Amino acid sequence: MDVEILARLQFAFTIAFHYIYPPLSIGLGLLMVIMEGLYLKTGKKVYEQMTRFWTRIFALTFGIGVATGIVMEFEFGTNWATYSRYVGDIFGSALAAEGIFAFALESGFLGVLLFGWNRVSSKVHFIATIGVFLGSMFSAIWITVANSWQQTPTGYQIVGEGMEARAEIVDFWAMVFNPSSVDRLTHVWIGAFLAGAFLVLSVHAYYLLRGRYVELSKKAFKIALGVATVFSLSQLFTGHRSAEYVAEYQPAKLAAMEGHFEAEAPADLYVLGWVDKESQTTTGLGVPGGLGFLLEQDFDAPVTGLNAFPEEDRPGQVNAVFQFYHLMVAIGMTLIGLTLIACWFWWKGKLFEQRWLLWAFVWAVVLPQMANQFGWYTAEMGRQPWVVYGLLRTSDALSNVVTANQVLFSLIGFTLIYTMLLALFIYLLNKKIKHGPYDESDIDDRPLQEDMARVAGGEV
Amino acid sequence: MKYVIAALLLLGLSACGTDVDSGYSEVAGIDYPTMWYLVVGAVFTGYGILDGFDLGAGAWHLFFRKEQSRRIALNAVGPVWDGNEVWLVIGGGTLFAGFPVVYGSLFSAMYVPLMLFLFMLIFRAISIEFRSKEEMKWWRRMWDINYSVSSAMLAFLLGVVLGNVLLGMPLDDNYEFTGSWLNFLNPYAILVGITTLALFMMHGAIYLTMKTEDRLFAKVHYLLTRSIIAFVVLFVILTLYTLLYVPHLSDGLKDNVALFGVPLLSVLAIANIPRLVTKRKYLKAFVFSSLTVGLLLITVALELYPVIILDTSGAGNDITVYNAVASNKSLGIMLTFVAVGGPLAVGYTAFVYKTFWGKVRLDEHSY
Ligand code: HDD
Ligand code: HEM
Ligand code: HEM
Repeated sequence: MDVEILARLQFAFTIAFHYIYPPLSIGLGLLMVIMEGLYLKTGKKVYEQMTRFWTRIFALTFGIGVATGIVMEFEFGTNWATYSRYVGDIFGSALAAEGIFAFALESGFLGVLLFGWNRVSSKVHFIATIGVFLGSMFSAIWITVANSWQQTPTGYQIVGEGMEARAEIVDFWAMVFNPSSVDRLTHVWIGAFLAGAFLVLSVHAYYLLRGRYVELSKKAFKIALGVATVFSLSQLFTGHRSAEYVAEYQPAKLAAMEGHFEAEAPADLYVLGWVDKESQTTTGLGVPGGLGFLLEQDFDAPVTGLNAFPEEDRPGQVNAVFQFYHLMVAIGMTLIGLTLIACWFWWKGKLFEQRWLLWAFVWAVVLPQMANQFGWYTAEMGRQPWVVYGLLRTSDALSNVVTANQVLFSLIGFTLIYTMLLALFIYLLNKKIKHGPYDESDIDDRPLQEDMARVAGGEV
Repeated sequence: MKYVIAALLLLGLSACGTDVDSGYSEVAGIDYPTMWYLVVGAVFTGYGILDGFDLGAGAWHLFFRKEQSRRIALNAVGPVWDGNEVWLVIGGGTLFAGFPVVYGSLFSAMYVPLMLFLFMLIFRAISIEFRSKEEMKWWRRMWDINYSVSSAMLAFLLGVVLGNVLLGMPLDDNYEFTGSWLNFLNPYAILVGITTLALFMMHGAIYLTMKTEDRLFAKVHYLLTRSIIAFVVLFVILTLYTLLYVPHLSDGLKDNVALFGVPLLSVLAIANIPRLVTKRKYLKAFVFSSLTVGLLLITVALELYPVIILDTSGAGNDITVYNAVASNKSLGIMLTFVAVGGPLAVGYTAFVYKTFWGKVRLDEHSY
């Protein structure tokens, strides 16, 4: 196999693996802030136990997120040296900002969040929780901005030619607010909130079904359900905004997403289907002319198809892009349906009697994860053959000195290590869930934080 | 202390007086590329000082025999190691942003050691995270070995990469590496690697003396005295080797007597450590071992500047601060980031260290 295939495989594998964890960390961060906020407001022990429980799980996702994230950063230099030189001025500055503003905040307060319960006051602890959450939100900003610049480059100029060519910043804010960054960032954030909220829903639904930690789980389930409902609905909106920018700035990607080949013709909007690249046909169930309607409110509006682009500028994996995109949308709709049904029963006061629904939530935890993955596959595979859209081809972005054997060696290494990491993650997650938020036999034995503070302050 | 180092760096480099009309803006009489060189240098110095002690402490791990001792040693770094590692992440980001050419060329040339470094980084992170999660003996033993070996390997590999930067490497006119992938494994780089390991183990042992009590403390103190000797011996050998076989490093310093002060200061700092340890002034000893790490890295920075990676092929394709650098505009923006974000980052770090100051106390949240 050649270096390009291997390097792409390695990048896709390591980033897809990394991206299992950040959404959980960001989403759980939001829920921990809400839970701990409720604890500070009400002073109720149950919220404290809830917060502590989710902090322990957060530590796990965060730890693996950090370990796999550093790999991503280094990989740009090791495997994509030409790309690094080309975009260093722009991408590098976003990555540096991410390190300075986001990661320092995140990891700085993490120690206090995890180990500081008995060392700082509950207010300071809450500030640390917020700090960690904000840090993870900021980090999502910078990395998404950098990636969005690759999708829709603005605010730059190209200097030099051939191997020497590189992009330089001309207008920083135009670079940051390129046409796709805001829509994509909100979409990514909300995808992360959903991942976190559905994990909380899943675990507490499981406890409720098993009759464990019932009071605590009911409260936690309602908090997470509120978050999940609001954001499932808003995800539809931000997703639609993303599709609009794709239509405007990356027509070849849009055509691949809907399997639309004819250069200028009305395009169908599929619910599901299959694309045959050879015969240039897409068969499936859909609304004829629906894509034109979505974009222009006109069923007969022509939409640019793949054949309008030279062969070498079209994404290669049309069917894959189509399937990933449609799966994401289908999952988005499922999440909306699921949360709305649950809200309806909640409103009726019968939420916790619906065992089938609780079981559905136990398993639904995988859906946002899948949608997050599929969304990125759509965005990144649809962007091919470009790394920087219209400017730099993926095949030109490699490190010239790195050989296929070297990449093969590291790819095998990552495959082995990550497989082990995933197994350990699932094992420990399971163990923590089995262990639960508190020891059921000695509920009153655990010191409350304010008691600790009083002891420390000499009042007791 | 960071300020002291920064001030020293500033003083040292402005004394260099390389008069290149770079066309870049200046702050405080220093042009942007040099300024960014200082920023990258300062971040990596911060990284060396901070992660240096927790890698060193990790390398000692297997020397502690009892379960309780291992837990205390582990929890001495527990709340801070992740924050320390962030300095590496920031260092990578600042290097990428400021010197994209170095980032691409150096990292692709050092492919194998860096991949090993990443593997070790993952192993270490998960050993810390997972060790305490099960009671089984074999489980803890397995993670103890992982933790200790990966910590030591990380220190060693950092030294190896540094050694290669010091030596330089063959480059073509695109500043791409032209050697073989095995070039990284040369005697000089290995010597730098071992010396780095010894330095970090000394630094880590001093840190542990501040965190431990009773018998464990006595053991750490004993190990510390041994590691000081090991480091000093290695340091002398490395210095002689450099003077004899890597002349381009000392040439720059010989030309400018003022600059010779920095290596001299580092020797004084090193000499001060055994003195303070004998007097049982551990905090001060820690300050001086931090200074040692810092001053040695400043020496390196001075020896290299304005070249970052020397072309050893003889074609003169050196990667310098000026031909590897990002645009003036980008540097200006990032210097603003650093001016705003740098103090914040130092502030968080200080806050965490303050919160966990003093001897280790194990509680239900400990590893
Ligand atoms: C939407 C968010 C998002 C995306 C798209 C990425 N990451 Fe990430 N990353 C995070 C969100 C995040 C986070 C939430 O900030 C992390 C993840 C796990 C964690 O718990 O912190 C993190 C950790 C993390 C770290 C370790 C930081 C530390 O030490 O605290 C690095 C160096 C990176 N990432 C780098 C990358 C690179 C180079 C990416 C792209 C190729 C990337 N991440 C994609
Ligand atoms: C975390 C979410 C992300 C996922 C799941 C993801 C997924 C992918 C996948 C699957 C590929 C391979 C595409 C192919 O070869 O057909 C790819 C390529 C790539 N992505 Fe992403 N990506 C993510 C984030 C990013 C970010 C944030 C950046 C940069 C800022 C980025 C930059 C790249 C680059 C440079 C490639 C080149 C390799 C290639 O095109 O094959 N990605 N990504
Ligand atoms: C509800 C209907 C949805 C629509 C119409 C939609 C639309 C889109 C579109 C058009 C893209 C491609 C953007 C690009 O190529 O740059 C995208 C990407 C993405 N989607 Fe969705 N999406 C939906 C639901 C979801 C859900 C439920 C999740 C996760 C829980 C999700 C997560 C993502 C992610 C992570 C990306 C990649 C990042 C990006 O490019 O923004 N999406 N989505």
